[in-house]
Amino acid sequence: MSELFEHFNFAVVIVLMMVGLYVVFASNNMIKKLVGLSVFQTSVFLLYISMSNVDGGQPPIIAEEDLHVAEGGGHDVVADGVAEGAHQAAEVLYSNPLPHVLILTAIVVGVATLAIGLALVVRIREVYGTIEEDEIDALDYEINLEGAAE
Amino acid sequence: MTPQLALILIMLIPAIAAVFIPLAGRWQNVRESVSIIAAISLLAVVIWLVCYVGESPDNRPELFLIQFAGSFELKLKLEPLGAIFAAIASSLWLVNTVFTIGYMRGNKEKNQTRFYTCVAIAISAVMGIASAANLITLFVFYEILTLSTFPLVTHKGDAKAKKGGRIYLLVLMATSLGLLLPAVMGTHVLAGTTDFQVGGIFPDGFSTTAAGILLFLFAFGIGKAALMPIHPWLPNAMVAPTPVSALLHAVAVVKAGVFTMLKVTVYIFGPDLMSKTPASTVLVWVAAISIVLASIIALRKDNLKARLAYSTISQLAYITLGAMLATSFAVIGGGIQIVMHAWGKITLFMCAGAIYTVAHRTEISSLNGLGRTMPWVFGAFLVGSLSIIGIPPMGGSWPKFFLMAGALDAGQKFLLAALILSSILNVAYLVPVAMRGFLLPPDSPKSDAHVAKILSQHRFVRFAPVFTAAGAFVLFFAIGPLVEYLKPILPVNMTGGL
Amino acid sequence: MQFMSLIMTVFPEWILTHGAASVVVVPLMFAVLTALNPNAKIAWATVLAVTALCVFTSLGLLLQVASHGPIHYNMGGWVPPLGIGYYVDGLNAPILLLISVVAFLCTIYALPSVAAEVEPKKKGPFYAAFLISFAGLLGMVVTADAFNVFVFLEVSSISTYVLVGMGASRDRRALTSSFNYLIMGSIGATFFVVGIGFLYMQTGTLNMMDIARVLQDIGPNDRVVQLAFAFIVIGLGLKLAMFPLHMWLPGAYAYAPSFFTAFLAATATKAALYLLLRFTFTVFDPSWDFVTTALMILLAGLGILGMLAASLQAIFQNDLRRVLAYSSVAQVGYMLLGIGMATTLGLTAGYLHMINHAMMKGALFIAAGAFWYRFGITQVCDMRGLGKTMPWTMAGFTLAGISLIGVPGTAGFVSKLTLVRAAAENGWWWAIGVIVVTSILAIVYIGRIIEQAYFQPVPEIDGKPVVRNEAPYTMLIPLWIMALSALAFGINAEWTTSLAEAAAHVLDAGPNTIIPGAHDVVPSVIGGH
Repeated sequence: MSELFEHFNFAVVIVLMMVGLYVVFASNNMIKKLVGLSVFQTSVFLLYISMSNVDGGQPPIIAEEDLHVAEGGGHDVVADGVAEGAHQAAEVLYSNPLPHVLILTAIVVGVATLAIGLALVVRIREVYGTIEEDEIDALDYEINLEGAAE
Repeated sequence: MTPQLALILIMLIPAIAAVFIPLAGRWQNVRESVSIIAAISLLAVVIWLVCYVGESPDNRPELFLIQFAGSFELKLKLEPLGAIFAAIASSLWLVNTVFTIGYMRGNKEKNQTRFYTCVAIAISAVMGIASAANLITLFVFYEILTLSTFPLVTHKGDAKAKKGGRIYLLVLMATSLGLLLPAVMGTHVLAGTTDFQVGGIFPDGFSTTAAGILLFLFAFGIGKAALMPIHPWLPNAMVAPTPVSALLHAVAVVKAGVFTMLKVTVYIFGPDLMSKTPASTVLVWVAAISIVLASIIALRKDNLKARLAYSTISQLAYITLGAMLATSFAVIGGGIQIVMHAWGKITLFMCAGAIYTVAHRTEISSLNGLGRTMPWVFGAFLVGSLSIIGIPPMGGSWPKFFLMAGALDAGQKFLLAALILSSILNVAYLVPVAMRGFLLPPDSPKSDAHVAKILSQHRFVRFAPVFTAAGAFVLFFAIGPLVEYLKPILPVNMTGGL
Repeated sequence: MQFMSLIMTVFPEWILTHGAASVVVVPLMFAVLTALNPNAKIAWATVLAVTALCVFTSLGLLLQVASHGPIHYNMGGWVPPLGIGYYVDGLNAPILLLISVVAFLCTIYALPSVAAEVEPKKKGPFYAAFLISFAGLLGMVVTADAFNVFVFLEVSSISTYVLVGMGASRDRRALTSSFNYLIMGSIGATFFVVGIGFLYMQTGTLNMMDIARVLQDIGPNDRVVQLAFAFIVIGLGLKLAMFPLHMWLPGAYAYAPSFFTAFLAATATKAALYLLLRFTFTVFDPSWDFVTTALMILLAGLGILGMLAASLQAIFQNDLRRVLAYSSVAQVGYMLLGIGMATTLGLTAGYLHMINHAMMKGALFIAAGAFWYRFGITQVCDMRGLGKTMPWTMAGFTLAGISLIGVPGTAGFVSKLTLVRAAAENGWWWAIGVIVVTSILAIVYIGRIIEQAYFQPVPEIDGKPVVRNEAPYTMLIPLWIMALSALAFGINAEWTTSLAEAAAHVLDAGPNTIIPGAHDVVPSVIGGH
């Protein structure tokens, strides 16, 4: 149980991921699917970001006098590789900035995907008059039958 | 004339003919003489090769053609069985060309140039099949044969011809690509090679299950052997003009099929493995059922060519039977049946063609009394029938004896019953045709009189079957040399008692 | 070797030093320029020039890899694992060439095809999006940084969603197919990035070689590593249309503009499959239990299921493009079967089939597009008499079709035979049975189409039979180049087989942990005095 509380970030991630996936699969409305997709992607962002936090770590901004080794990552095995090139007296612990950078990229990707998705939804609305998947299927039923029948 | 040159020539001569025939298309007699000259020269080279191969078991001319896709080689190697097949194909090409000339001109058929060209290509493919050194080469020429005979089957161009052609192509391509090709690939993977070798190419102790599966794939994949239920293409191909039915579906195409069947069982599996594989027994019975069933169906057909088609299916199954029995008598019997049946059946088909050309009749019930007006044709038909039925002194009797001996050797006594039953059925559906012609009074004496008047215009179509009927008789006496010739195809320990 | 050094002199210096980066950067740059350019003809010419340049560059890279070994390129001069490295070796160099060549041929095809299918004002942006997709695919293949893979994966996917949706002017179902693809593709990519995240968690690095090195120390028993593997396999599996994650493919292939379908069908799944190979064999260790289990049971098993299920479904489709799409899923199954065996011969077979399938499917889809272009044909039953009305196109289609069936003398036969031999070597007899069965199924669904085209009478309009109207040369030439290469590589498969064998050797060598120029210890000093 204490494990769960220690790693509650993963619990949050899992919950959000499942909620997002469920919304995607179970929704009929296309906008809602996109919402679910966004929630799903957000859970992954949280996974990365929460992973980058180091217990007792400072924000990864190097002050002029603290040009020290910066290591981090919640479960970084690489923390072992503290370079011997550091000949500073005190060692400052920083949180890992790399996952943040990765997530910035991933957020951009998510935004782009969402934008395209919404543009598609707008076009679908123009063409079909609806954004409910079952209604679209009904509208396409005839032509689909022709295409799949023998 | 070196053996290699001879091998090249037997492939090239028909191919060159196929080039010159369209060039000479407009001048009928020139075009026909191209075919005849090619057939004669081909026959000469083949006879030389036959003699060469027969001289010694080491005389096996080889020729390497091309290598593709890594380990696949197209190469030729002539051995006795192939030499015999090449001999009947080339000799009957000559006879059939004479017949075709008479038929085509007598019926004023269209597209004759295309016809002769495709026949030449088909004969070239047959030569390739006869001299193939491995399964891959045989497969390639097998497919070329299917494709080159397709225009011949749909020659008439009407809806029925196209439908028949479609079924022909569909059944043959589907079986060859779907069953034969995997069998060939499987053999290549399991045996490491597809080269034909006396005694088989699989290692000792090869799994009989794998052999059984492969055997089934081969038996039903070789669609040209028309083993039931892969037979529908044959009756459907009867929409083709009779020269096609005569040469191709009595001689070249179907013989290519059963020839392949024999080669596979003798040179790929080997009699030893065949006797150990339970699947061969099952296929023996499938062949026996084909023999009897096809004969029964033949009884009920009134169209002469349809009846002959089902008779062909039945006779081909004899060869398959021999291949599957895999005893020495059975295999030799199968090989001899290739020769005897070719000469006998082509006689029957040519008679049918003659009857159609001269009297324009296709149904047996309309043939009453025609024998009195066309005695030579019906006489040839009777002689050919006797050969097919298997009555001495006609050549066709020998394969029956050999197969019965082979069945006894393999311990399959009930097969004797099937073979005897089939002979009785053969009598029942073949003899009445000739008997009707001679013994029954004609239905319409006036049309028969008309036939008598125009007889003299159709000499080719009338005398070609006579020639082949005589051949079927002569072959009876050739049994000794034939058996001796074919002995080397079996492994040495099997040829005692022959 | 001499021959290669001779060829190498043809290539300018910059290809050999910066080629790995230029295949990605050049299309991206020109994509931006094309997007700004309103003239469609100039846009098309730009795409043609860029794809030609990429063909040239990837050829140079392939030759260089063949003669000098793998290429390590450090983007911006930053040494991995801090910097992003690009890595070209025997595994991905052929794929680079494949994607470039297919793009080039499809661009030739695009001139009439896009003009007919995309609204005039949108042609410029259409070509720009295509260049982005092209750059994305090439980037996926050439990069050695795991997160970079995700970025390029998404770059290519997003532009693909757009391009698929552009087929709406031809068939409105393109929009819903594109949306479906968007949802499923994003989920797949997100799974992939979750896997990468778990890997980063355990190894602290994103460079593939460095990950491999650290994973060797961690060993196979770490649960997080196993989880990472699972997510990566599923994420990539969705992109390569592994059964049952293939649901997006039929719709996307069927309704996208034909030029793009031809390109997509020949390249997208191949790039994802390459990534699967790269991750499974050179990042994770294939000797580990869970990897072997996944390969044999999951990949091979799903491959077999895909082969059977998709081939069966292909038979019952009436829309020509859907038949070809389901056929693609089945062919991916073949590749997965070869890979799942994890033997050298199996990997060779799977890789060889990748190359051959690209040629065959490209030709088939080009022909399908040509049928629509001339006669508006999308259904198989409408293809009556095409053998007479479009003989050359139909002949090209038939040639590619019989290669798909696997007739000896064609490329399809070579890869199928290699697969059969690999299965026999492994003792997987049931796999051979499945291959035989699916080949028969392929005969059925291709045979249906050929039968319609050649054996059915030409349709009549107003009582007169339709006249012959052959596809334009810009369509016939790419079609016949691809079809003839399917034939040529069937007769002489030496070159393609040697490429496949080189790729298999790379995979056999196991985890690749070499980063030239990197410090032994993970460099973590920032600044430092």
